Amino acid sequence: MSAVLVAVLGASLAGCSSTGGKRAEDARAAQAAGGKAAVNTPRWTFAMVTHSGDGDTFWDIVQNGAEQAAAKDNIKFVYGHDKEAQRQSQLVQSYIDQKVDGLIVTLAKPDAMKDVVAKAEKAGIPVITVNSGAEESKAYGALSHIGQDETVAGEAVGEELNKRGKKKALCVLHEQGNVGHEQRCAGTAKTFKGDLQKLYVEGTNMPDVQSSIESKLQADPSIDSVVTLGAPFAPTAVKAKEQAGSKAEIDTFDLNAQVAGGLKDGSLGFAVDQQPYLQGYEAVDLLWLYKYNSDMLGGGKPVLTGPQVITKKDATALQEYTKRGTR
Amino acid sequence: MSPADAPPRQPAGPQAAGDERLMHRSLVHRLMGRPELGSVVGAAAVFLFFTFAAEPFLRASSLSTVLYASSTIGIMAVPVALLMIGGEFDLSAGVMVVSSALISSMFSYQMTANTWVGVGVSLLVTLAIGFFNGFLLTRTRLPSFIITLGTFFMLTGLNLGFTKLISGTVSTKTIADMEGFASARAVFASHLTLGSVDIQITILWWIALVAVATWVLLRTRVGNWIFASGGGADAARAVGVPVTKTKIGLYMGVAFAAWISGQHLLFSYDAIQSGDGVGNEFLYIIAAVVGGCLMTGGYGSAIGSAVGAFIFGMTSKGIVYAQWNPDWFKFFLGAMLLLATLLNAWVRKRAEEKA
Repeated sequence: MSAVLVAVLGASLAGCSSTGGKRAEDARAAQAAGGKAAVNTPRWTFAMVTHSGDGDTFWDIVQNGAEQAAAKDNIKFVYGHDKEAQRQSQLVQSYIDQKVDGLIVTLAKPDAMKDVVAKAEKAGIPVITVNSGAEESKAYGALSHIGQDETVAGEAVGEELNKRGKKKALCVLHEQGNVGHEQRCAGTAKTFKGDLQKLYVEGTNMPDVQSSIESKLQADPSIDSVVTLGAPFAPTAVKAKEQAGSKAEIDTFDLNAQVAGGLKDGSLGFAVDQQPYLQGYEAVDLLWLYKYNSDMLGGGKPVLTGPQVITKKDATALQEYTKRGTR
Repeated sequence: MSPADAPPRQPAGPQAAGDERLMHRSLVHRLMGRPELGSVVGAAAVFLFFTFAAEPFLRASSLSTVLYASSTIGIMAVPVALLMIGGEFDLSAGVMVVSSALISSMFSYQMTANTWVGVGVSLLVTLAIGFFNGFLLTRTRLPSFIITLGTFFMLTGLNLGFTKLISGTVSTKTIADMEGFASARAVFASHLTLGSVDIQITILWWIALVAVATWVLLRTRVGNWIFASGGGADAARAVGVPVTKTKIGLYMGVAFAAWISGQHLLFSYDAIQSGDGVGNEFLYIIAAVVGGCLMTGGYGSAIGSAVGAFIFGMTSKGIVYAQWNPDWFKFFLGAMLLLATLLNAWVRKRAEEKA
């Protein structure tokens, strides 16, 4: 066993790849520059508390945006997250106790957050809601809401499909019982003039996702577009389409490096992004503007960060940005 | 290990020499006694059902999709069936596939190594996980349910923890632009075109695994050890069967198949989501049980596991071909599986009564 291990390690020294990998990433990182504060306001502390689970790419990007704005605005930025509503509200409470200068929260489970947001108001801490909770934000006393309306995003997809002359689309849901996903499909169905069908797949089992889409495309060759609800499933849908010999166009919600690559090489039609970076960046920047100048955006209405329709012409630049974790 | 101990295979078919009637009866008799008999009937029933219920089902391209779906379960169902014949379970099998893919991907990426180096390292580490399962089981003598439930959770945590620590995100970075990717993809995730039909390479891996496992089970001493270990471990040990080694070997067999499946995932989809694989362990056990393995061990077959995986693949894709209301998909899936297994059990019972 150890002899084999030594052999493999030996081979690994000899078997270097001259393309891609960590070395290429390090080279890219070396080009990126650091940020420096551009204002002379005092060093305020802003806290963000989200309903993110452990290890979610999306929230990494939100955090990157918030940190970038914090560096520019001379803000000390702290971040906490818990997918349990009760523990999320406890986290918010702990930041109120620490007397932070501003709060950014998500209202994925609004009822559980209502009291704690009111407490923040009472303590004189300005609150901005991001991502989810567009309906409740104003009633709870938050200054503004920054995010995407899933139904509006779905409607944008429906309109884009109309523009592309599609007649029969397939909405691929990778999580059964997710309200946001249902809203995306329902929004698409609302504006799409053709026929929209639904397909549930097992999101944690990629070969199942592929073979299910494949079966559906073989069963109904008149489907001319497939819409996936998450970026990781778009390249899989492309494979399924190739295997099924279908001519359908693959489109997707959300963005990642693979999707940007797919848009660039033409295997994907378009992507609809909600710009998570902007949700973090704008929240911190708006809090700063409020503290500095009592400014607020939105006029009492949610500030939408999406949907932004991304096509081939945007893809080259976006590919770089997805790799550095800001798109 | 020597196949010479086993009786030579009898030539089958009507051309066989000797008393034809006697020959015929003995063949039927032998077939009746096989564990996979009921599942073959169940598979035929499911196949016929979808032939009529779903018009596109019988097309060659559709069958190739169904076979691909079946093979991704079937590759793992083979060693899981062997393990169940040996009297044990492995609940860590589903996430182990993803662990194997993650190790391979991240090793190649972080070391900027040829992807084959990552594939090799992944094989060693995955086999070590299988060894760990088997070693812990035979040492502690705790139920395999508990041991592998522990490794299931540990691997799920390690998958996310290490991926986050090393890549900074929840999925691995693409290794598609690295050296060795193309050749590894050819081995683990390519497809051959026969006429107008695409055959995924996983189907070939699957057939090969079934053939090897069937040969081991029916024609070698190791096969007897597996049946004996599952039938009654203490009695087997008393007559000199190396039960400990057999069980550790069976867990390493599961690990080996997890490695094949993991490399397929990696080279098929370039980037791996660290949360994937949870729940798949039950699909493998389902395939083995539908295919005639007993939950209590000592009985079952490798071919049966393949038939079980095929039933599952046909059902889950057949429902899509039939274009039934997708909201009810899981209900239809469960009902079809239950019906197929009931038919399977009924046929086997009738066969045993006649035999």
